[in-house]
Amino acid sequence: MFDFLQDYDLAGAIWTTVQLAVLSAVGSLIWGTLLAAMRVGPVPLMRGFGNAYVNIVRNIPLTVIILFASLGLNQTLGITLGGGGDFETINFRLAVLGLILYTSSFVCEALRSGINTVPVGQAEAARALGLSFGQVLRLVVLPQAFRSSVVPLANVLIALIKNTTVAAAIGVAETALLMKEMIENEAQLLLISAVIALVFVVLTLPTGLILGWVGKKVAVKR
Amino acid sequence: MKLRKVSAASAAVLALALTATACGGDDKDSGSSGGDGKKITIGIKFDQPGLGQKTPDGYAGFDVDVATYVAKKLGYTEDQIEWKESKSADRETMLQRGDVDFIAATYSITPERSEKVDFAGPYLLAHQDVLIRADDDKIKSPEDLNDAKLCSVTGSTSAQNIKEKLAPKAQLQPYPTYSACLPGLQNGAIDALTTDDSILAGYASQSQFKGKFKLGGFKLTNENYGIGVKKGSDLKNKINDALEAMVADGAWDKAVKDNFGPANYKNEPAPKIGDIKS
Amino acid sequence: MSSVLYDAQGPRAKRRNVVFTAVFLVAFAALLWWVFSTLNDKGQLEWALWKPFFTGTEAWSTYIWPGLQNTLKAAALAVVIALPLGAALGIARLSDHRWVRVPAAVVVEFFRSIPVLVLMIFGLALFAEYTNVGPDDRPLYAVVTGLVLYNASVLAEIVRSGILALPKGQAEGAMAIGLRKGQVMRLILLPQAVTAMLPAIVSQLVVILKDTALGGAILTFPELLASANTMSGYYGANVIASYTVVAVIYIALNFALTSFASWLERRLRRAKKSTGAVLSADDVETADAGNVGKV
Repeated sequence: MFDFLQDYDLAGAIWTTVQLAVLSAVGSLIWGTLLAAMRVGPVPLMRGFGNAYVNIVRNIPLTVIILFASLGLNQTLGITLGGGGDFETINFRLAVLGLILYTSSFVCEALRSGINTVPVGQAEAARALGLSFGQVLRLVVLPQAFRSSVVPLANVLIALIKNTTVAAAIGVAETALLMKEMIENEAQLLLISAVIALVFVVLTLPTGLILGWVGKKVAVKR
Repeated sequence: MKLRKVSAASAAVLALALTATACGGDDKDSGSSGGDGKKITIGIKFDQPGLGQKTPDGYAGFDVDVATYVAKKLGYTEDQIEWKESKSADRETMLQRGDVDFIAATYSITPERSEKVDFAGPYLLAHQDVLIRADDDKIKSPEDLNDAKLCSVTGSTSAQNIKEKLAPKAQLQPYPTYSACLPGLQNGAIDALTTDDSILAGYASQSQFKGKFKLGGFKLTNENYGIGVKKGSDLKNKINDALEAMVADGAWDKAVKDNFGPANYKNEPAPKIGDIKS
Repeated sequence: MSSVLYDAQGPRAKRRNVVFTAVFLVAFAALLWWVFSTLNDKGQLEWALWKPFFTGTEAWSTYIWPGLQNTLKAAALAVVIALPLGAALGIARLSDHRWVRVPAAVVVEFFRSIPVLVLMIFGLALFAEYTNVGPDDRPLYAVVTGLVLYNASVLAEIVRSGILALPKGQAEGAMAIGLRKGQVMRLILLPQAVTAMLPAIVSQLVVILKDTALGGAILTFPELLASANTMSGYYGANVIASYTVVAVIYIALNFALTSFASWLERRLRRAKKSTGAVLSADDVETADAGNVGKV
């Protein structure tokens, strides 16, 4: 019944999906945090940039962003992200870059709402101790904000895992592209779809369950 | 066991959604595919300059010119033609279901396709080829393609030919459309765009690209473009007569010149009806 | 909140801000200049490539408008079908009967954990193999099916959180005056919840609109993004220009929707007609992972 799977590198495709998700998650957490810091910071220009970035990027389809990464950044501007002349590596890295640029705007929003849950007194007390903006953010506010944004961040991560499929648009050999290929060549539509669906259920459901549980554990009790 | 349950559940929900969407879509009026005989529906490509391209003034290209000529011979004026986009993967189904009366859309005659549909023609002999930068001296023979960075359309026959036999070691960038390959080709991110030379000639002859690109001239495969009709249709012989007339009265040559002229594309002479080069 | 993070700025902080601003501005301008000059070097800024969008309307009427129509059609169909389906699923998930609650929860969680693209690819093959939907309509059907399945389950969660966000006293009071369960839902809970949910639903529209682009890139659905492909074939492969114009249209559309959602949210919060909290998109997302697997 599952004979056809032997002709396809399903494990490799899933591994690509996982790599896409993990690398993009780390990248967008970093860039998203920086964006959030810009948006609550004292420099008006950076605040404006953070605002504009989030509002623009959130409203572009991810498909457009990823196609732009390939057609614009790579093919026109000549950025290869150190991938040399190898299309597979370049496309993979471009997809990660596109996913980071897109997802970080949602990370930023999740963190900002987390920052809003930190009581004003915390920041005021920190300032009264003479801490600078960077110190207030790094030592007092962000640690608490992260703890209360675990659940929204988990949702961003789940969305990210699912969004990795969009990389198929520039030919990254991940799970959805393999599914399309299998459906075109094999007759077992329902079986193939069930296998692929199962892959994503296994990837996303536990992520939600575990992070939901973690979120409750680490939430700051007030 | 578990798998079956999941797929059963998804099937049930899909059935639900299906009935719901079925109400949403409006039904095609059946008058378009014959009946009163005053309309003829022809399938062409919409996104291939030189062959079949949707333009603000209607449709243009060699396939379009051939189809228009044939339709005229069949007794239809230009106003009575209804153009439909027939994507490569959909062509056989569209004919079998009667969505279109005939298809002229870079449609190569192959044994597999001939089992499902009938072909009139061929009306053009094309070859898979590469489009390279005019100053490129790296790609001189088909063997050089193995070290090259190629670009083609996702899932196209040309892409499969490259992967399976022509240049298995080459790197292949798939894009949704041929024009997406061109900026990369211009900037050196891509070495060659590969598909039928007729299509490539169409791109190369656009005014923006004059002098920038050239055809490799490798004749990697033989593509006999035919006009697809429904299996057993009596249109086949009438279309063949029309194609012969088109070559005889010079309209064929004119269409070739109009559409491929500026590209320095040396077309094959008009093929004889039924003469399929393999 | 943001202003409590830093002190009122003295002369030194102000000077530092000026330095930061200058450095940021220079870095940003350098990046922009690099992009601009490289594009110019590569000939992508040639007027011929951009001209079709600014002079004359033929590019708009031949390619963009029909594409946009398809985008809007798919999004509208998806919303119209997904809303009642989602409401039904959301209410079913709140049912007192285990045999209603559990299947509804399974369906919702299942379709929420699968990428829309996978659902669309499945839909396309399904319609090709098991129905007689024509090839012209198949991509539309597949896109709508994928969007409906996914968004119905997201809307189900929105409906559920909207109802759960109402004070308990509402349902209790309604039952105390002798209403039946169906009446409580229909007459008391739903009308209040719907108002509270409106901003979240409008935000979900943005998600739907963005996801239609998947159909254009991968399923050959002739929507806005795909219209850029046909268009660039005619205008001398102006891919960068075409995609840029398309991206701007998406941003404008979605920005209008997002602004409408937050306007609605502010208005509803001010009006305070309902007793429940107003749900923004963020609230629903927040509710999500915590509830995964809760049956």
